[in-house]
Amino acid sequence: MMSRKATRDAYGDTLRDIAAEDHAVFAMDCDLGGSTRAAKIREVDPSRFIEMGIAEQDMVSTAAGMASMGKIVFVNSFAVFLTGRAYDQIRQQVALPRSNVKLCASSSGLTQGADGATHQSVTDINLMRGLPHMVVLSPADAVQTDAIIRFAHTYKGPVYIRLSRYATEQIFPDDYVFEFNQIETLRTGTDVALIATGPILEQVLEAHTRLTARGYSCGVYHVPTIKPFDGDTLKAVAKTAGLLATVEEHSIYGGLGSAAAEVLSSIPSHPPLVRIGVQDCFGESGTADELLCKHKLDAEGIVERITSELHQ
Amino acid sequence: MNDNTLHQLELEAARIRLDLLRTFGTGKAHHFGGTLSSVDIVTALYFHVMDYSKHTYQKADRDRLIFSKGHSVPVQYVALAHLGIHDVEKLKTIKTMGSVFQGHPDMRKTAGIEAPTGSLGQGLSFANGIALAQKADGLKSRTFVITGDGELQEGQIWEAAMTTPHYKLGNVCAIVDRNGYQSQGSIDTLMGVEPLEKKFESFGWETYRVDGHDLRALCEVLTRVGKNPDVPIMIIADTVKGKGVSFMEATHTYHNYALSPEEFEKAENELVERLEMLSAKEAE
Repeated sequence: MMSRKATRDAYGDTLRDIAAEDHAVFAMDCDLGGSTRAAKIREVDPSRFIEMGIAEQDMVSTAAGMASMGKIVFVNSFAVFLTGRAYDQIRQQVALPRSNVKLCASSSGLTQGADGATHQSVTDINLMRGLPHMVVLSPADAVQTDAIIRFAHTYKGPVYIRLSRYATEQIFPDDYVFEFNQIETLRTGTDVALIATGPILEQVLEAHTRLTARGYSCGVYHVPTIKPFDGDTLKAVAKTAGLLATVEEHSIYGGLGSAAAEVLSSIPSHPPLVRIGVQDCFGESGTADELLCKHKLDAEGIVERITSELHQ
Repeated sequence: MNDNTLHQLELEAARIRLDLLRTFGTGKAHHFGGTLSSVDIVTALYFHVMDYSKHTYQKADRDRLIFSKGHSVPVQYVALAHLGIHDVEKLKTIKTMGSVFQGHPDMRKTAGIEAPTGSLGQGLSFANGIALAQKADGLKSRTFVITGDGELQEGQIWEAAMTTPHYKLGNVCAIVDRNGYQSQGSIDTLMGVEPLEKKFESFGWETYRVDGHDLRALCEVLTRVGKNPDVPIMIIADTVKGKGVSFMEATHTYHNYALSPEEFEKAENELVERLEMLSAKEAE
């Protein structure tokens, strides 16, 4: 069995590696550099880690200023603070002028865990999706994170990357190649298509195993690029299955489920869409697994919801 | 500074005020008060202090000017036009559909605009980012930021004011256009910001207080910027809101205001008179 690794850990390793190759790469953090793993850049050049103190607004604007000078600035905090506290700075000085700033949002979703509702980000995709020029990426495992960070490094413009502290198994192969704006097919099936984003994909794959064991034909798709959104693949998937279900560690409002619904609503007919996610509520303290269980985002919760929908 | 240099700067400031008024025209709301108060600061910077010209405004190691009080950017548009970077005739398209002269600074649309500002409180942070990059690249250039005084009510200003001295960004200079009024009235009444020298000094800035309409005094202090590479300079420039047009002075009424043709004529006469007086002085 391969070792479990959180996407934030893969991020720190890749940031360090690209910083070693490219001297234009800087990282900024707000007193969370150990947790976000951004401080890893210090291993290659301490001067390119810029501690901004506990001041997210100042950090984002300062990063935009550096980017105007040709630097590639990876900005770091917990997803909830980066998107919440610095939303206006992201809107005005990153998205609007297309600043080459990479917003690396750690500890996203319910699996942030014990810190509770204040620190769990379940609305960040919604906030970032609404911004023109913003690319929103959401890797599922360590391998994909590495590829996505390398993509963000070369992409010229603002990118939001949703990272997690929840350690998962490796899903994608070592030689994985990231295709921008492409929904990925992991399994195919005709009864239901499960469409996930981020590390919750591990739970979805387990749900697939259990559903298959019960005799259901089940597809699994992953959406690493939430914005732009690969509507063409979703429309094609809609023709293959009797039920569509999005699964995300995010509110059912404004995230992956909403993006899918927006595309489906533009075509004359499609299967029902079930949006599995956080049901318009905040989280609470608990372990990651307890929280996934309570919000029915663990494999068993997903299986229950799908079988119930299929038997309606 | 010799008297002739000072005189040329006074002439330029008078030309900017007149072109600013003509750019705004009648019948449409514009920010008269806070643009007119900034004119002398901008004149000192672009026409005396900064390493900046039509030929060098795109070079990497240019000095930069950021209007953190983004609503006053029309002064910058007029100055950039006078520098030959924009066409003076096109200034009148300001705030109309398709114009390069947006209501607030857009660095992607307007040559010479260095930062996206307008949502108040963000310009100093952006300047710090430029300065960090300049230092990392070993560039000697400087970044000047003009903030409003009402804008100092934004919390982010004070986050940024901590960052500048912390990272020893002596290549940054902030100038507070201390005209005393914000949109809804007097700053002292709405939400006081003083004592500014004490506040910024305690944050680690080298702080000066000058008459923001005294071009000699402004230039004298502004030319100190960058001399000490480790200490940023903060200038509290005491100004008069609406400076140069008698009926607009020292009130918030013309913060954002549409002039009637009669008001426009009165203002234009005053500014033309000032320019003619200065020109006559030159001819003597």
